[in-house]
Amino acid sequence: MSKVRVLVGTRKGAFILSADGKRQQWEVSGPFFGGWEIYHVKGSPVDPDRLYASQTSGWFGQILQRSSDGGQTWETAGNKFVYEGSPGTHQWYDGTPHPWEFKRVWHLEPSLTEPDTVYAGVEDAALFRSPDGGQSWTELAGLRGHGTGPAWQPGAGGMCLHTIIFDPSNALRMFIAISAAGAFRSEDGGQTWKPINRGLYSKYIPNPTAEVGHCVHHLAMHPARPGVLFMQKHWDVMRSDDAGESWREISGDLPTDFGFVIDVHAHEPETVYVVPIKSDSEHYPPDGKLRVYRSRTGGGEWEPLTKGLPQRDCYVNVLRDAMAVDRLDSCGVYFGTTGGQVYASADSGDTWSPIVRDLPAVLSVEVQTLA
Amino acid sequence: MIRVMLPQHLRTLAQTGSEIELAIEGQVTLRAVLDALEARYPTLRGTIRDQTTLERRPFLRFFACEQDLSHEPHDRPVPDEVASGAEPLIILGAIAGG
Repeated sequence: MSKVRVLVGTRKGAFILSADGKRQQWEVSGPFFGGWEIYHVKGSPVDPDRLYASQTSGWFGQILQRSSDGGQTWETAGNKFVYEGSPGTHQWYDGTPHPWEFKRVWHLEPSLTEPDTVYAGVEDAALFRSPDGGQSWTELAGLRGHGTGPAWQPGAGGMCLHTIIFDPSNALRMFIAISAAGAFRSEDGGQTWKPINRGLYSKYIPNPTAEVGHCVHHLAMHPARPGVLFMQKHWDVMRSDDAGESWREISGDLPTDFGFVIDVHAHEPETVYVVPIKSDSEHYPPDGKLRVYRSRTGGGEWEPLTKGLPQRDCYVNVLRDAMAVDRLDSCGVYFGTTGGQVYASADSGDTWSPIVRDLPAVLSVEVQTLA
Repeated sequence: MIRVMLPQHLRTLAQTGSEIELAIEGQVTLRAVLDALEARYPTLRGTIRDQTTLERRPFLRFFACEQDLSHEPHDRPVPDEVASGAEPLIILGAIAGG
C-alpha cells in the first residue's frame, strides 16, 4: 500500500509525519536537530530514502544534514558555501551597495536523476550545486554574475533564492526565483541565466516593469506541462504559458492577491492552490479566516476551501515553502503555519484536518509519495 | 592536554561531552586550539569561525580564566593556565535577544 511522508522544517527542528495512503492516522517523529532552524527538508525523487536538510542558526551558521534511511539517522554533509570570484555587491534596503554575504540555505532541490546531485538556493541569493551528496558545493555563478546582480535587493525576509524547479522534459532547463529580484531561467543546466519577468508589475519599485527587482514569493509547475508556470508574487498571482517569457495576472476574484505559497494539483494541471494573506504588514489571513483558495481553471476564478480550517480568530501565516502536494490517486494537499499546525487534505482540498497542531513555527513542508 | 568547553548545540552536533581534551604541539594559540578542534570534529567547521575568513562568528565568545578572549588576535598564546590544562577554554554562545 502506498505511504506518504511529510517533511516539515520549523524554527526549532525538523519533523517527519508518516501515514499510509488513507492519510488518516499519522505517526510523528522528531524533533530532529532540536533548537535549530530547519529551513527545508527534501527527499531525492530517485532514492526517496535520501533526504537533505538545511539546518541553520544565527549563532552557529549553516549545517547540511543528509539521511540515507528516510530520516531515521542523519549525518552532516559539507557546509562550505563560497561565492565564486569576487562576491561584489547588491543593493541594500536603502539602495546603497552592500557586499554579498552567505547567510543560510533556504531551499534544497535534489536532482531528478541523480540522488547524489543536489542544488541549494541560498541567502544572499545564489545557486550552488553538489555532485557528491552535499559534501562539496560549487556556485553556479552565471546566475549572480549575469549582469543584473548589483540591482537585486533583499525582501523583508532577506535576499533569498527560494525556488528551484527542474524541467522533467529537458534536463538542461531550470527555473529559479529570488526575493527580491524575480524569476530566472537557464537553458544550459544552470551555466547561464535569463531574467523572465516580462508582464510582472510591482508598484513598490522605482520602475514597476523593470527587468529585475520583483519580489517573487514562489513558483510552481506541473511536471506534465513544464512550459506552464504559476507564480505567487508579493502582490499578484501570475501565470506564464511560455516558460516564463511572459506573464499574465490570474488573481481574479481572490480576496487579496498577496500570499506566499502556490502549488499545483498532482493530476490536474489547471488546478492551482494559494493561501491569501493580508498585507502589507499584517501577514495573517483576511478576517481571521484561514482559507485555501483553489482554482480549477488555471487561475482567474477561485473558490475558498474552508472545511476543517479555522474560520475565526486565526492569525497565522503560511510561508513560501510551506505547501506541497502528494501524488496519490486522490491528491493530498498539505500546508504548515507559523502557528505550528500542519494541515492535510486527502481529497484535493475539499476537507482539511490538522496532522499536528503545536509544532514550532513551520518554515517548510514537503511530501514524499512512497510505493 | 588542552581542555575546551562547547555550547550545548555544538556538543550535540559533534556528539561529544561537555568537555573536550586536545593534544597540541608547539605554541598554544587560539588558532591552534580551533584548528585542532575542527580537525578532530570536522562537523564543527564553519560553526565557530567562518570557513573562508577564519574569523570568529559574531554571536560566539571565547572565555578563559575569567577573561574575555573574544577579541584577542588568534595568533596570540592563550593564558598559561589554558595551555597547561589547568583551566578550560570556554566557547560560549552570546545572549542576544529573548
